[in-house]
Amino acid sequence: MDFKDYRGVWVFIEEKEGEVASVSLELLGAGRILADKRGVELAGILIGENNKHLANTVYEYGADLVYVYDQPIFKNYRTESYMKALLACCEDHKPEIILFGATSTGKDLASAIATDLPTGLTADTTELDVEADTGLLLASRPAFGGNIMATILCKKYRPQMATVRPKVMKALTREIGRTGKLIEKHISLNETDIRTKVLEIVRETTKKVRIDEADIVVAGGKGLGSAEGFQLIHHLADVLGGVVGASRDVVEAGWIEHHHQVGQTGLTVTPKLYFAIGISGAIQHIVGMRNSGTIIAINIDPDAAIFQSCHYGIVGDAFEIVPLLIEEFKNALPRSGVSHV
Amino acid sequence: MLHIVACIKQVPDTKIIKMNPKTNTMDRSSAPAILNPYDAHAVEEAVRIRDRYGGTVSVITMGPPPAVKAIKKCIEIGADEGYMISDRAFAGADTLATSYAITKAIEKISEIKPVDLIICGKMTIDGDTGQVGPGIARRLDIPPLTSVKKVVEVNKEEGYAIVQRKLEDGYEVIQSSLPCLFSVEKTINEVPYSSFPNMLKAALYHPTIWSVNDLNDIDRKQLGLKGSPTIVSKVWAPAKPEGGKILEGHPREQVGQILSVILEKKELFREDA
Ligand SMILES: Cc1cc2nc3c(=O)[nH]c(=O)nc-3n(C[C@H](O)[C@H](O)[C@H](O)COP(=O)(O)OP(=O)(O)OC[C@H]3O[C@@H](n4cnc5c(N)ncnc54)[C@H](O)[C@@H]3O)c2cc1C
Ligand SMILES: Cc1cc2nc3c(=O)[nH]c(=O)nc-3n(C[C@H](O)[C@H](O)[C@H](O)COP(=O)(O)OP(=O)(O)OC[C@H]3O[C@@H](n4cnc5c(N)ncnc54)[C@H](O)[C@@H]3O)c2cc1C
Repeated sequence: MDFKDYRGVWVFIEEKEGEVASVSLELLGAGRILADKRGVELAGILIGENNKHLANTVYEYGADLVYVYDQPIFKNYRTESYMKALLACCEDHKPEIILFGATSTGKDLASAIATDLPTGLTADTTELDVEADTGLLLASRPAFGGNIMATILCKKYRPQMATVRPKVMKALTREIGRTGKLIEKHISLNETDIRTKVLEIVRETTKKVRIDEADIVVAGGKGLGSAEGFQLIHHLADVLGGVVGASRDVVEAGWIEHHHQVGQTGLTVTPKLYFAIGISGAIQHIVGMRNSGTIIAINIDPDAAIFQSCHYGIVGDAFEIVPLLIEEFKNALPRSGVSHV
Repeated sequence: MLHIVACIKQVPDTKIIKMNPKTNTMDRSSAPAILNPYDAHAVEEAVRIRDRYGGTVSVITMGPPPAVKAIKKCIEIGADEGYMISDRAFAGADTLATSYAITKAIEKISEIKPVDLIICGKMTIDGDTGQVGPGIARRLDIPPLTSVKKVVEVNKEEGYAIVQRKLEDGYEVIQSSLPCLFSVEKTINEVPYSSFPNMLKAALYHPTIWSVNDLNDIDRKQLGLKGSPTIVSKVWAPAKPEGGKILEGHPREQVGQILSVILEKKELFREDA
């Protein structure tokens, strides 16, 4: 394998309801840094139907070029069809690095491609860097339930591949009007070549709270004592106009649904303001919220680990502190647009 | 009759695992080995499909000799047969080399009885990549169906399966030809307590154990550390944010300080918000 033949950083672009998924924008930001360090081009890979217009967004967030497959067979994501297109593209243009979002689709596609190429694939990366001279990708990730971080290298194979967790990389500021090169691709593929069929797609219409998109997250833990006690978290979130987050133990106790869980096996959040109330600060929780703007912890135990991971801490009883906070905040912001309870 | 193979792994219980703060390495001896919790759901789903349509459930694991315990746990859940591949040659495998070795073992199991369906867990709790299942499917050249949250139908006569696959914002219903591979979400089922007859069976059960020499047409270059493109180059304890400022004073004073921190962030509370 001659590494000199492999050039450029690629990002697989995921589409969500006709737009570029936010994780792909984040990866373009991360990819731009890698490409600049290497002095190579950053490309987006678009696979779908009637998707060419998305290329503009991809340029505006940092790509120099876009490879696009626009064919009816790509209407819905299916491992086999997307895989064949991406493998063909790799064969034609030989990238040195490919990044995917660590989403259902990104993980599925990346695992299939890596096996066929074959090459190494680093899972759930949270930190990325590249050695400017050798092009070696340094991909770091949590493992063992978040207890350790590991840097994974792929020295002897190309391309180097990684799936990257949503919300940990930063998208560049959109540069309106920035353009690039569109390279249209085509692959001859028949429906009979594909062994799966999408019979139906069900979008869960009930608008779920998106804790990973909120500016304020008020998270509660087992320290609230019971499902009733946990209502205090809802009240504070309401007056602040924030959303409710939770530790895993709270979710497992059934006080709130899983899509509120912050952490290793929940969601990564990056709000401007994060409250951790009655949360001990286990590492699996910390990895999901440590990049928040300002972290405020309230815990009755002065030795709680959460105080090692916050910007401001109050040692005290949530049932005393939080009602005071609600009261004071209501007074301070009498005309805030948020609903009061 | 269906022949379902569930892939399982024995893992250290990360709930109990301790880090050595001096060396930043894991103290593996502190962690008891358990059946990967996600794989218990894979085995349970295989058992449910078998009970619905008839057939056999085999489990396969690659691991060191003590991993026999994880197989016995699967017999308790209701699996019929257990196979293990165990050899120094497999050590240090990443997901590419792991999927290669397990695929070779599944090919050998297929010689005993052709395999219709393979079920994996969503991921493990130690490596937690979720890459091994899709890797096995690609190597066997069968469709991988990841994030399966419900099995709707498995129809061996007509040669297809229908499942619900979880998406970020809902799910899709997908039909695949058989054989195929599912990797299943843990919400797919609940694993009940073991029944007494199954516990008894497990206690007396001896799985089939193969070494690398028992596998056919094996390319040793693709096994273990040698066959692994990824290298773990550095391991460290994750950084935490700097310890924060503990606010002094009476609760009201503390709350007052918090309030000024919050109100400083004006962008959060625009009037038109
Ligand atoms: C593989 C794996 C993955 C995991 N993934 C996650 C994850 O994604 N997210 C997650 O959160 N956890 C996760 N965990 C679990 C994690 O290890 C902890 O068990 C969990 O975060 C603890 O939840 P907690 O802080 O709510 O509860 P506890 O640890 O029980 O802490 C409760 C805290 O409340 C305080 N308290 C008690 N009463 C009061 C009061 N009146 N006022 C104020 N404070 C009070 C106590 O001092 C204590 O610090 C995972 C674990 C494993 C092994
Ligand atoms: C700190 C650390 C980080 C790592 N990071 C990476 C990485 O980024 N990329 C990489 O390629 N490798 C990585 N590895 C190696 C990886 O953990 C091993 O290859 C492991 O054997 C398989 O991957 P997994 O545990 O992630 O399995 P997963 O892919 O998460 O497992 C999915 C399913 O596959 C089946 N399965 C997995 N292993 C076995 C087995 N031994 N026997 C039978 N069935 C099995 C089970 O059904 C399981 O539920 C890492 C290892 C360590 C220690």
